Amino acid sequence: MGAALATVWTLARKDLLLELRSRDIVLAIVVFALLVITIFTFAIELTPSRSRDVGPGVLWAAVAFAGVLGINRSFAMEAEGDTLDGLMLTPVSRELIFFGKSLANFIFITVAEIVIFPVFEALFNINVLRIETIVIALLASIGFSAVGTAFAAVSVRVRSREIMLPLLFLPTVIPLIMAAVESTSVVVNGGSWSGFSAWLQLAIAFDVIFVIASAVLFQFVLEE
Amino acid sequence: MTLSTQERTGPGDQAATGVVAIEATRLEKSFGNAAVLRGLDMKVRDGEVVAIFGANGAGKTTLLRILATLTRPDHGTVSIYGNDLAREAERARLSLGAVLHSPMLYGDMTVEENLKFFGRMFRVPGLSARVLEIADRMGLTPRLDQRVRELSHGYRKRAALARALLHRPRVLLLDEAETGLDEPARQVLDSVIAEHRAAGHAVVMTTHSVERGIAASDRVLVLAGGRFALDEPSSSVTLTDVTRFYIEPEPGDA
Repeated sequence: MGAALATVWTLARKDLLLELRSRDIVLAIVVFALLVITIFTFAIELTPSRSRDVGPGVLWAAVAFAGVLGINRSFAMEAEGDTLDGLMLTPVSRELIFFGKSLANFIFITVAEIVIFPVFEALFNINVLRIETIVIALLASIGFSAVGTAFAAVSVRVRSREIMLPLLFLPTVIPLIMAAVESTSVVVNGGSWSGFSAWLQLAIAFDVIFVIASAVLFQFVLEE
Repeated sequence: MTLSTQERTGPGDQAATGVVAIEATRLEKSFGNAAVLRGLDMKVRDGEVVAIFGANGAGKTTLLRILATLTRPDHGTVSIYGNDLAREAERARLSLGAVLHSPMLYGDMTVEENLKFFGRMFRVPGLSARVLEIADRMGLTPRLDQRVRELSHGYRKRAALARALLHRPRVLLLDEAETGLDEPARQVLDSVIAEHRAAGHAVVMTTHSVERGIAASDRVLVLAGGRFALDEPSSSVTLTDVTRFYIEPEPGDA
């Protein structure tokens, strides 16, 4: 178990090191998400009540679209140098490679959210920097990174991978986006934990099912 | 001229009696309608250096990718030291080192960072010392702190060879590994192959340099029509014996 965790961390740390050098992924997620959020602030006349109504939807749509962009980039880097083949030559199980890549993608999305949420709060003037929203964000990020990592492996060898990944990813994560939007909506409208516990349970169930399913899918799609 | 691979042994005594390192049986692989391998059999023993030749598209790279566990065959089995790749690929990979067309190294990481990363994946004991040792062997010591992206093609190939040898594999798979190497680097590659053979390990190499391949190997295999059309000791093979099988596959054939 310890050796497996060490391998997962070694894989994730490698991606973090590459990201520190290139700053491609987090920057892409942050810039794209902030652009979406900013455009909506111009497109909608934001009154306090309207902000609370549409804000959660805008926030999670922006994070989902931006997240898929970042995950796509993280696999494109592996494809460019055929380093995915290099990983597959190692005596490490495909599941551990999946968990290593997922962990790195989870960290990228979470770091991006740390930048996105305060800007969103300032622009929409609604309080999302709360423990409830952080829990929702963590659950959403786990699901996004697991599903995104598996589908990125599916599309990485396809010529039109930039189109393929969102087409696979976004319909699959709709239940998770719904859970995140509805939960955030309850929170910003002053609701308590019990007000969105059903949505939280949906998010947890989604994460458990899709983390396992994605790990299984990943090992089959990597090999030609 | 075509002989059963199972019945053939290499010319050296060690190869003739060595442990079976690679055994492939009835391998088939198609890409769409193009059948690349059609029921191919292959056996390589410890201490044997096997050179595989063939025209472009004959299936050399596909075969090496299957042996390296990167590509699944449609039919047939492969085992590395008795480890069936369908069921025990992780154990088999401990015995495999591969240099394929691209170096499979991270461009934004230094040579040392790359070697240490892959060394950790293989859980190489005494990793730091081993990295220095293999870097010295490949003439990479002055380049250890350089990012792979900044290296010349030849040094990237050296780094790829270092990555492949880092965990002391018993089987070395070389797919046109000499391409782009200057003469000193080719000499390093030749000495690596010779050392591998002397240590009783196996090497499977593909190359378009037929004379060089014959000289470096114990046994010559020529892929044509998805099978081995020639399987002979290198000592009894000439350039013409090999190149007469270089018939371009028909479009949609392979």
